[in-house]
Amino acid sequence: MKQIEIREEADILKIRSEAKEMAQEIGFGLVDQTRIATAVSELARNVFTYAGEGEVRIESDCRPRKGIKITFIDRGPGIEDVELALTDGYSTTRSMGKGLPGAKRLMDRMEIHTHSGKGTKVTVEKWLPE
Amino acid sequence: MAQTSAIPILKLREFLIVSIQVDLHDKMAEQLQHDILKRISETSAKGVLVDISALETVDSFIGRTLAETARMAGILDAELVIVGMPPSVASTFVELGLSMGGVRTAINLDEGYDMLEAYIEGQISHKKISQTEGEEEVGDEADRD
Repeated sequence: MKQIEIREEADILKIRSEAKEMAQEIGFGLVDQTRIATAVSELARNVFTYAGEGEVRIESDCRPRKGIKITFIDRGPGIEDVELALTDGYSTTRSMGKGLPGAKRLMDRMEIHTHSGKGTKVTVEKWLPE
Repeated sequence: MAQTSAIPILKLREFLIVSIQVDLHDKMAEQLQHDILKRISETSAKGVLVDISALETVDSFIGRTLAETARMAGILDAELVIVGMPPSVASTFVELGLSMGGVRTAINLDEGYDMLEAYIEGQISHKKISQTEGEEEVGDEADRD
């Protein structure tokens, strides 16, 4: 498992390349590696934009499936309305509102735990084709 | 000295050529946008080729910044063509729910260059036609006088 802190924009690059590297080691093809790296980029940016800082865990264990699991944890303001946040085009900042819904589409599973004022934990998984 | 994105912007005749060989974070993308627009205004470039063949990911921020840059370049009368997006990046980009919204793209530098030349030739002949039309109008008025 790799654990990386998000404190500045350059950390997003680090996380993106670590995730891609692990995806490659696990055996994902180039398109899936790109999907994973892109989703990770969106979610890491969310942490940086909304919470200022946080941490990311990248692991090659998402039992019972084979694949990659990435967890984003922050102590930011939380997501007020998760359903709304998962709507294409919805954004509370200047962004296009593609981050969360886009990342969900690129991955196979997404789980969001959020508490207003306490923080957010987003877990995504991508499974190897059987 | 003002900070730059450290991504070289080359001038080749009336065009600018930018090849992004490093992974971009958000501030770098914004800086690059700024640098490209500045160079357009300094050089009066008519076209810009932005090669992204080395980019491993184009997420919503980079995608938006590139599309914005293209529109801004258009306002400065320079046509911007995004060149060489890898297929895996293109498919992921669409799955993410993004589009390049009217931005010109080409498969490689050669195609992008041809596209710019054709565009500029079209613009010149268009200008010539409207100039000729203008002259005729003046001529008509002169006849009336």
